[in-house]
Amino acid sequence: MRSNKRQAGKVQKRRRGRWLNRLLSLHGVLGYIFLYAPIVILVIFSFNASRFVSDWRGFTLQWYTRLFGNQAIGAALRNSLIVAGASTLISTVFGTMVALAMERYRFRGKMAFDALLYLPIIIPDISMAVMLLLFFVLAHWNLGLITIIISHVAFNISFVAVVVRARLAYFDISLEEAAQDLYANEWQTFRRVTLPLIMPGILGGALLAFTLSIDDFVITFFTAGPGSTTLPLRIYSMVKLGVTPEINALSSMMLLASMGLVFLSLMLQKGGKGGMDIV
Amino acid sequence: MTHIRSRREALRLLFLISPSLFWLIVFFFVPLLLVFAISFGERGTYGGVRWVLNLENYRRFFDPLYLRIFGRTLYIAAATTIICLLVGYPLAYFIATRPPRWRNAFLLLLMIPFWTNFLVRTYAWLLILRDKGLINTFWTGSLHMGLLQLSRLLPLPIWEPLLRATANPLTLFGTDGAIIIGLVYGWLPDMVLPCYAAIERFDFSLVEAAQDLYANRRQSFLRVILPMTMSGVVAGSVLVFIPSLGAYVTPDLLGGAKSIMIGNVIYSQFMAARDYPFGSAVSFVLMAVMLAGTLIYFRTGRE
Amino acid sequence: MSTYAIQLKDASKHFGSVIAVDRVSLSIHDGEFFSLLGPSGCGKTTTLRLIAGFELPTQGDIYICGELQGETPPYRRPVNTVFQNYALFPHMTIFQNVAFGLEMQKVARAEIRQRVSEVLEMVRLPGMGGRKPSQLSGGQQQRVALARALVNRPRVLLLDEPLGALDLKLRKAMQLELKELQRRVGITFVYVTHDQEEALTMSDRIAVMQHGRVLQVGTPEQIYEQPASRFVADFIGETNFLEGQVKGRRGSEVAVVVDGVLTLHVPAERAVGMEDEVTVAIRPEKISLHAEPPDAQAVPGVVEEVIYTGTDTRYLIRLTGQTIVTVRQQNVAVGSSACFAPGTRLYLRWQPESARLLMA
Repeated sequence: MRSNKRQAGKVQKRRRGRWLNRLLSLHGVLGYIFLYAPIVILVIFSFNASRFVSDWRGFTLQWYTRLFGNQAIGAALRNSLIVAGASTLISTVFGTMVALAMERYRFRGKMAFDALLYLPIIIPDISMAVMLLLFFVLAHWNLGLITIIISHVAFNISFVAVVVRARLAYFDISLEEAAQDLYANEWQTFRRVTLPLIMPGILGGALLAFTLSIDDFVITFFTAGPGSTTLPLRIYSMVKLGVTPEINALSSMMLLASMGLVFLSLMLQKGGKGGMDIV
Repeated sequence: MTHIRSRREALRLLFLISPSLFWLIVFFFVPLLLVFAISFGERGTYGGVRWVLNLENYRRFFDPLYLRIFGRTLYIAAATTIICLLVGYPLAYFIATRPPRWRNAFLLLLMIPFWTNFLVRTYAWLLILRDKGLINTFWTGSLHMGLLQLSRLLPLPIWEPLLRATANPLTLFGTDGAIIIGLVYGWLPDMVLPCYAAIERFDFSLVEAAQDLYANRRQSFLRVILPMTMSGVVAGSVLVFIPSLGAYVTPDLLGGAKSIMIGNVIYSQFMAARDYPFGSAVSFVLMAVMLAGTLIYFRTGRE
Repeated sequence: MSTYAIQLKDASKHFGSVIAVDRVSLSIHDGEFFSLLGPSGCGKTTTLRLIAGFELPTQGDIYICGELQGETPPYRRPVNTVFQNYALFPHMTIFQNVAFGLEMQKVARAEIRQRVSEVLEMVRLPGMGGRKPSQLSGGQQQRVALARALVNRPRVLLLDEPLGALDLKLRKAMQLELKELQRRVGITFVYVTHDQEEALTMSDRIAVMQHGRVLQVGTPEQIYEQPASRFVADFIGETNFLEGQVKGRRGSEVAVVVDGVLTLHVPAERAVGMEDEVTVAIRPEKISLHAEPPDAQAVPGVVEEVIYTGTDTRYLIRLTGQTIVTVRQQNVAVGSSACFAPGTRLYLRWQPESARLLMA
């Protein structure tokens, strides 16, 4: 009898476990609904024929055609790509170099430099934006694309360095020794062994820098001048003027672009894995 | 790691760090010192800065007006962090306990909103929460009409208050709640990813060991799983709390004129009031709070 | 002066306050299979890295083929290394890995192709050139690492525990293969290992290291039969240590009294004084057991425990109140294992020269 009772208790417990699992799954599903519902709504209403966003009046592509005809948005996109391209290029080269230095060498003042390198990641956007604005104003620099690029490089170096350092941290140093043992000098060792093996990290860092740069609003807003409006700045001023389906269309396009970036980063990770098997 | 021994190595090190060092000093450290210096100055008659040394700007920060805003900022950031944790940890647990193939798909689904422009994500909530937004369209539209028809079919006194409630839109936009929703939405992946990393690393045979030693589900969670994944919880909390504290876009778009945070104060001092010294002081306080938080995080992380 | 492949003269390496290699002097002959043997942290790998040029000596000089190395970088030294974890380039194919060194030396393409396929043939991996390292088994990776070094025809090959990651059976097979290969190519091998059996099996000469110092250099037989110190005797094979005091001298032998009751006569190769504290080392397989005393030299004892280990039977025998020795007897005849049961009184006998007198 007693063992029967215990059996029943066990069954009940197991049932409770299954129930907990179901609750967890339900939470998972709800979590993803929370993440996707706003985006899906945004996309749906970008095809809304009504001028008023929340009032469905049938399907249309007119907001997209209007978007492609909008020269201000075209110019903003061009500015965004210039800023993101230039700042990614500069910060990837500099960030990779500094990552190599920090992972490979011990030197005086390294701790302080490390802190300086991490600070731009920790400091809030708004504080950094304010700092740079004051600097440019007091230095009598004309605000424009150049000042935006300078500012973006200032925070992107740190992000690239962190990503590349993570890759370097589990780089097997004996691979470099093996190359040197096989008559490769320092430069050949770097070109033929180190660089190809940390390439996924560098590309990952570059991708992160590009995304951060093209998405940045606050710092760009403070360091932009007339004629250097980027896409986020454009969206912001459009939103401030009023919610229109055209913004929905623009947002949907940006969503599509960021999905492309996610898949790109995924492919980089896959490519990286092949090289890391042995480590 | 190599100690610098030869001239050659010293030159190589210099070559590697000098571009970044130059950039960070000129375009980060000097501006930082500049803000610090200006925060002790005074606003000039036509904007600009009068270089005097006083603590007036910091004293002004302790005016009830700004203290209240700072308090609200702390409250919103804390609430955001707690909600992110309550939603994010189970979500991370859910992902980590799926079969590996599904796990990657779920992570990918998490990454897409993460990589989407923050402004776009906030705008999406504006669509939903504003007075003429999706929720209120339903509330004062379909729901109100439906109730009206029901009340005609079944004339009962219960419809009266419901009809009155649905006659006017809900106040969602411009509240602290709207800002918190927007921030939670914005930073949830930042909570889930570190928690996921910790849970995924966790060796579930330890739970079996705990249960073998007579721990029930609750006990094995509280005594084994949670302590061992605490690093992810702490990392995620810092990653959510710190940017929430410095938020500008979310309160600006979802908070309207009524609900503002410290970020908006800084913005208005620079862009509207042109009081650079006071704006610098506020910005510096914000930075100090955040650095303190980060230091505490690294301290506890080391243990 | 005869040509040495490698010479270390008083070479030291300090890492901060840690002395990894302490005034090591070694002369390794051309074509020799030379092992550096010692427990982990004894400085053997650092010594190898000093020769390869990955570390520069804090003090002392290193000569490779008679040439002083100084600060010569690794890529200008005529030596090649087989790394402990193989260090195969994961992003290159096997062919590219093996060809790397030749390519760096600007060898012509056609010659590279020929030499690589030759060396892959030699390590019994023909046709594997197109694969990636991750597609090979541990043993195959090990051979690629070997091929990648040998293809350069170095004067000296440095091997850092190359078999450490392999399982026991494969390791035994590779030991013989490596030794055979070394004989065939005639290259000097400097081989680092912590496995004494491996060192004994393969080496022409062995240097035993501890705490960064070389304790003894000699052939495997010298190291085993005439260990110079207690550490060497203990580290290589199994040894009984009997501690006692010198109480008398008779010709070339000294009398050592153990625990005040047992007197052993041991040949004295070194000068010892009366009353000196010494240790007598005897290998377990050098002792024979007898039911009756065979001569006056035999030592009485009582069997404490009998352990059957397949090829041998091990007896733990109590000589005095505190001293127990291990004796190993080969199981020659079937059923002879229980020759002496626990509790049996018997007599131990060994050739006088089997016992080594060591300073305590």
